[in-house]
Amino acid sequence: MSSLRSLTNTQQVGLLFVTLFGVLLLVTLVAFARSFREPTDAQLALQERWTRELRAIWIGALLFWVAWAAGPFVSTLLFGFVSFFALREFVSLTHTRRADHRALLLAFFVVLPAQYVLVGMRLFNAFTVFIPVYVFFAIPVISALANDPLHFLERTAKIQWGIAVCVFGMSHAPALLLLDLPRWQERGAFFVFYLVVVVVVAQVAQAIASRKLRRRPVARAISRTFSWRAWGAGAGAAAAVGTLLFWTTPFKPLEALVMGGIAGAAGTLGEFVMQALKRDAGVRNWRGRPSVTGAVGLLDRVAPLCFAAPVFFHSVRWYYAI
Amino acid sequence: MTLPEVAGLALAFVARVITGAQGHWHGAPPKAEQRIYFANHQSHFDWVLIWAALPRELRAVTRPIAARDYWTATPLKHWITREIFNAVYVSRERKEDEDPLEPLMEALRNGDSLVIFPEGTRGHTGEPAPFKSGLYSLAQAFPDVQLIPAWIDNVQRVMPKGEVVPVPILCTVVFGAPVALRPGEERRAFLDRARQAVVALREVVR
Repeated sequence: MSSLRSLTNTQQVGLLFVTLFGVLLLVTLVAFARSFREPTDAQLALQERWTRELRAIWIGALLFWVAWAAGPFVSTLLFGFVSFFALREFVSLTHTRRADHRALLLAFFVVLPAQYVLVGMRLFNAFTVFIPVYVFFAIPVISALANDPLHFLERTAKIQWGIAVCVFGMSHAPALLLLDLPRWQERGAFFVFYLVVVVVVAQVAQAIASRKLRRRPVARAISRTFSWRAWGAGAGAAAAVGTLLFWTTPFKPLEALVMGGIAGAAGTLGEFVMQALKRDAGVRNWRGRPSVTGAVGLLDRVAPLCFAAPVFFHSVRWYYAI
Repeated sequence: MTLPEVAGLALAFVARVITGAQGHWHGAPPKAEQRIYFANHQSHFDWVLIWAALPRELRAVTRPIAARDYWTATPLKHWITREIFNAVYVSRERKEDEDPLEPLMEALRNGDSLVIFPEGTRGHTGEPAPFKSGLYSLAQAFPDVQLIPAWIDNVQRVMPKGEVVPVPILCTVVFGAPVALRPGEERRAFLDRARQAVVALREVVR
């Protein structure tokens, strides 16, 4: 460990990416070798799903690398596009009316770029209040000016919520990349890496736990698998892996345990909330499979991150009092 | 690559960023055969969406219909419709001695494919209006050209009537199985059947 600490920041980040892509390459090669076997139908379905997941991870890892290598401007821009596509998917799923047109234009073409400009310029105080204060005020005004009282509160709330999840939540990922802590400059990539790993571990652990434990679901109408026990297992696994990864962050082991637990718990709850949204919108299954409405499942994949990133970001800032 | 080609690619890219412009083919694969696509009409954006949903090779030979007085009014409008889309211009006011369908017949004789909106005008109720008879005349005159119904979903939310800036919302275009004119089929019966074929594709999306 001490030899790792003595490397420069750039070398450490480089090592992180070499390890990440090395592991990914290994997994891909193993999956490729296994694909030559004669599979049964069940295996084939599993294999297809596995291929899709692997491709998504590759895309995510490449995005992450490009974001880091190309510097703050490009990374903010990239996350901005992810945000744009997630919001596009969100708006497509909810039922908006004609009178929402101007409010939606404001969300897509003013709020979204402005939020990412604030991130890119590291104006973290303005970035934190811009959406909850100013946009929260502006959207209903624009909506009311459209002169349509039907379902006014419902429509405005939907747009607000879409912005909160897809723009506000997502923009905390580049914010983490750009966050400079005392004695921890220029190493934000580790933060994003830590967050993503911890959230993914929580999701996987929760999925495995709910299959093995077979507890009664807490909210059957929304998710047939979500139980408190499984959720706890997910958060626990996230905390454990977070502790093991403490050396990638400025945290001490105990701090890493708490932060990992918080991020994992928030991420899996975010996934749960997204399931409720899907039920409401009448989408049965969109994970990775293009449904006919054109929803490609991006929202599904980024939602846990959108929920976990703000909680994680503000916990870190609060803890370090910056 | 010429300027109109580049502009066309850029426009198709923007349409895809804004709407996804997903094409789904149910009943007929996208092939370079001579075809008339007919679809529901709700927005100015309809044509761009169909055009962007087509494979790139088919875009060059598939032409829209444009009202001559509106789309040649300014040099920019004229350039876009002529150079990028290769539109077939028709006059809206009818003169005694000319057949309004003549420019379309001319294009079909050249071997081009067409996209037409047989409702004649943009609707806003969600249900397509009864079809006008042009489709029937074209089907009669060109029995070998495939008639492909298409349903455009969601586009009225992208750009409602009267707005100029599109909102990014995912849209799909569903292309159906060819509809052919049966021997001795009445005009009205055929037009209703064609309209039914378009409406039926809506169920594929939902």
